[in-house]
Order: sequence, then C-alpha cells, then structure tokens
Amino acid sequence: MYRYDEFDHDFVKARVADFSDQVERRLAGEITEDQFRPLRLMNGVYLQLHAYMLRIAVPYGTLSSKQMRMLGHVARKYDKGYGHFTTRQNIQFNWPALSDIPAILADLASVEMHAIQTSGNCIRNVTADHFAGAAADEVADPRPYAEILRQWSSVHPEFSYLPRKFKIAVTGAERDRAAIQTHDIGLHLKKNDKGELGFAVYIGGGQGRTPMVAKKIRDFLPEQHLLSYTTAILRVYNLHGRRDNKYKARIKILVHETGVDEIIRQVEHEWQALKDGELKLPEADVAAIQSYFAPPPLAARPEGDEAVKLARLDSKSFGDWVDQNVFTHRNPDYAAVTISLKGIGEVPGDATDSQMEAVADIAEKYGFDEIRVSHEQNLILPHVARTDLKAVYDALVAIDLATANSNLISDIIACPGLDYCALANARSIPVAQEISKRFASLERQRDIGELKLKISGCINACGHHHVGHIGILGVEKKGAELYQVTLGGSADEHTSVGEIIGRGFGPEEITDAIETIVETYLAIRLDRSEKFLDTYRRIGPAPFKEALYASEAKAA
Amino acid sequence: MKILTANRLTDGEAVWFAADGTWAETIDVAETVDDKAGEARLEAIGKAAHDNNEVVDVNLIDVSLVGGTIHPLRLREVIRAAGPTNRLDLGKQARPSAGAA
Repeated sequence: MYRYDEFDHDFVKARVADFSDQVERRLAGEITEDQFRPLRLMNGVYLQLHAYMLRIAVPYGTLSSKQMRMLGHVARKYDKGYGHFTTRQNIQFNWPALSDIPAILADLASVEMHAIQTSGNCIRNVTADHFAGAAADEVADPRPYAEILRQWSSVHPEFSYLPRKFKIAVTGAERDRAAIQTHDIGLHLKKNDKGELGFAVYIGGGQGRTPMVAKKIRDFLPEQHLLSYTTAILRVYNLHGRRDNKYKARIKILVHETGVDEIIRQVEHEWQALKDGELKLPEADVAAIQSYFAPPPLAARPEGDEAVKLARLDSKSFGDWVDQNVFTHRNPDYAAVTISLKGIGEVPGDATDSQMEAVADIAEKYGFDEIRVSHEQNLILPHVARTDLKAVYDALVAIDLATANSNLISDIIACPGLDYCALANARSIPVAQEISKRFASLERQRDIGELKLKISGCINACGHHHVGHIGILGVEKKGAELYQVTLGGSADEHTSVGEIIGRGFGPEEITDAIETIVETYLAIRLDRSEKFLDTYRRIGPAPFKEALYASEAKAA
Repeated sequence: MKILTANRLTDGEAVWFAADGTWAETIDVAETVDDKAGEARLEAIGKAAHDNNEVVDVNLIDVSLVGGTIHPLRLREVIRAAGPTNRLDLGKQARPSAGAA
C-alpha cells in the first residue's frame, strides 16, 4: 500500500501543528466559533447532538494493521471504546473532546493518517472498489489512480472552496462495487482495444434531496489524462456551479440545468487547453505510484480447496460463511473475505476497540497486513489463502464478527441518524436493528437472496437509501418519525434511483412493512434465481403497493 | 415553555442553562420560562455565553412539564438529553444518577 514520503510526512505534521494551534486559540477564546467552524470542518471535526465527532480519512478504504490498531487505540483512549465505519470508507468517532483532538491527530499522523478534507466544500476522500487489487474480474487496480487524485486534490488551492463538496469514486472492474454512478465524478478504469488503460468518465451523479444517476461524458480517457481531464471538469463546475443555493450547488444540478451535451462541450474546451500541459501524467510517475500497490507475494497454496472442503464437513456455519462472505480472488489459491460489521441486531458499521485490534492481528497473521473498509460499512481482508479461511473464520467467531450475511437483507447500510447526527430528522440505527432481528434466521435470509437495504435518517441520504433495492428514508412529520420506503434502487453498473412506494410508516410499522415487501417478492419471483431487484424491475411496484396498502384502500 | 441548551465548547457535552446560573450537564435542572420576556432573557444569556466562548450551538427549545419533570417536545432534544437510544450505556442516561428524564 501507499507509504508516505518525506513530503507527505511533513505536510501532515504541519497540518497537525496548524490545527493544534487553532484549537488552542479557540479554547483560549482568541478566535470565535464563526472563525473556528470552517477550520475545524477542514480537519474533520463536526459538532453533533452529544459531542464533537471526528471523521478520519481512510484513503480509498485501505488500511494496514498498524493503522487499524491505532484506530482501536483512539477509540479506547479518547472515545467510548468504539468507532463507526462509514459509507465513504472512512471512520467516525462520536465522542471526542475538542481539547483532545490535537493529540488524536498527532497519534494518527504517526501511522500516516489524518482527517484532512473529510468535510468542507472540497474534494473529499476518493473511494474505490473494496476488492481492488484482489478481485478476479478486475482489469487493473484502481487505487494508484485514487492515490494520484488524493495527492493532487489535497489542499488544492483552486479547488478548496468549491460551490459544494465533491466526491470521486474509482472502480477497476465492469461490476461496479464502488457505486461510481452516484458520485460527482465516477471513473471506470478499463482497457481499450489496444490494451491501453484509461477511464470511462461519469459526472453528475449524487444522492441527497435530488438524486441523479451520473452521465457518461467520455467512454475512454487515456490514463495519462486523468488529472488534466478531472481539472477541466472541476474548472467548469467551479466557475458555473451555483453558489446562491446550497441545495442546488452540487455538480449534478449544474449538469442537469446545463444539459449534458453543453457540459461535455465546456469540459472538452477546457481540456484542450490543459491536456498537453503539466498535468499530463508522466509514465514514470504512474509506475512509481503503482509500485506502492504491487500485489503481495502470493505463494502457491494449492491445498486450500481440500482444506475448505474438510472444514465444511466439520462445520456448517463455516460453510455458510464461506458461501456468503468469501469473494473470488484473482489467484485461485486465495480469497477476499468480508468481515461483516452487521451482526444480528448490532449497529451497522460499528466496531469496538478490541475488535479493531483483533482484526488488525488477523490481517497481520493471515492477510498480508491489509484491511479495507467497504462503502457498505464492512471490513475486508483482500488476500487470504483459502487454506487459512477456517483459521480466519475461527478468529472472527471469537470476536463476534463472523456473521455470514454479506449482501443479504441484514447487511444493512445505515447512517448514524438521529441517535447522533445533528442533521437527522429520524433514527436509522434502531430501524436497522429491528429489521436485522426480524430476519435473524440465516436460512430465511439466504432464501430471500441478495437484497440491499439502505436506511437514511434524513434527505441528505448518507445511508444511500435512494439506491437501496429497498430504501428507507426517515423524516419528521408532525413531530414524529415517519419512514418512507423506496423500491428498485441500485448502486451497481446498472444504477437506478428507487421509487417511493406510497405513504410512510411509523417506527412501529416499518419492520412489518419491510417484511410484507419481502414476502410479496418471495410469492411472485419466478424462482430462487430471480433476485429481489430483478423481480421489481420485471413487475414494477403494483404488487408491493397492493400488499402494503390494499387493505386500507378498501377500508377507506 | 422553553429552556436554553447548548454544547460546551471544550468537549461538546450537551448542557442546559440552570436556574442557579450554571450550565448543567443534565436537563432536569434547566431553568424554564413561559413568556416572551423570559425567552428574551435566556436568549441574551445564551448569546453572552456563546460570545464568551463557554458554549456553542445555543438554542431555545420547547419543553413541557410532566409531573414536575422537564420533557423536550422534539425527539431530537429527548435524545440529546438522554443519549443514543440504541446505546443505553452511553450519554446522560448511563450516569448513575440518571432519572427517568
């Protein structure tokens, strides 16, 4: 993985020193809250309901064991013993004192981590496929390009005060696991007919109050033009993006209001002036960054198949876990493992300090020291020898992180919601917990099959409800929580925005409503191979509406 | 009826302005007002405390008295006063002295 060079170290250290000084001056009353607020946000410090919140960047979701151990240390020493992994592959701590944050940032800097650009109207953490560098279906590892974007965008003077925040995601496979079409810029790394690397470029995707699927503006951008073309897009956005209305300030609105053809014309025009200049990536520089992401030495471990077969005979639960949480690696002797942070009835994305440390140990022992955070709020061990899967499984069982529910209905994305968040209108976590408990039976979940359920506690859509196969949006109506349900959303290569199915449900009704939707699907699917989303796309909302609302329509 | 709430600058702890003139860490001792003059007085206190760098995010919030106990009207404020509803071991509700607020 990427290692800081001297410049990176000095840069992060200088930033810690700057912010420590700013915190000190704030606590001494030398600067006002109005002056301090933008400074703290630039360093990932929010104020929530109960306390401050610190959001720490995990670039493209990649962590070493040492870094994960440090997160455990921060959770234990400065917070309340846990952290929350987010849909942007970052981690948040919910209870730090402002006065402790300089010390936390200094600790993080010692393991090459920081909280820079995790808030504010700048280019945020660049996200990537959590199976990058491991997936069998990958054309190339997208992380070197995410790292190039990170270096280029860090305190970029021209793009630090954009009309609004700006999110870039990169994937290196046809199968989109990074939700690139819901981002301001989505990059799909691919090869052309000549075998050269480049990107399909999407812009203007986003969720929030105005969900939009990104538009493809270029089918193939040669890799050396990554920064010049991205700069051209950002220049057009920076110049024409709306600054008069926060809710219309994202690039998706600009693309929508301007029209995609005109946006393409403007971007291409801007790019013509940039493409052969200093932003053109030298091959040697790309190669140098790529070398940081060289795959680990995957020695032949052909005994894996036999070992897994034998262990399956011994333990059905291990077999279930292999079936559900183990992903095909490009090396047949190896596998990528999803560590579910969605234990039945648990808080999606939360991990305790000791769980973080244990995962770090497991990664060190069996996973070449690599851990990923997925945007679905799970952890990933990208390179595990199949022969070690049982040992990894046993170690995960010991820390209650072996739930075999990846991609099933209890593998729920949920934002922190009103239990923590100052922006939320309704709670998300308890809804997720109740649904998870209702569908606790793994047998039932597996019968239902792949079903992505996503919950947001407000229209900002941090819980990605718009692109959930089933989406739940919490709102406040007449002082009470109300949950709107959307169906048919998806965040993969066939991204779609879910449709509102009808009137919302109260907190006591929502789990029943979800169960009704699921039972309706089970009754109308062609067979077990037809997934929930496929059934919805085939039939549409009618049977679900009928099941949810027919009785009240008759009563009326 | 209203009370004055904020978060303490140094650690972000949710606090309420109490009748004894301090910022209390629990809602039960908050000073209640039920007229415009009282609201204006609390608002002025809040602004002064904000300007004096004691607290941030100062707000007057609606409450009712039920059996002599202060109950915020909005769920958001109920959760601020107690803690996360999914973690009863955290926040004010986890304190040994926590009442039935």
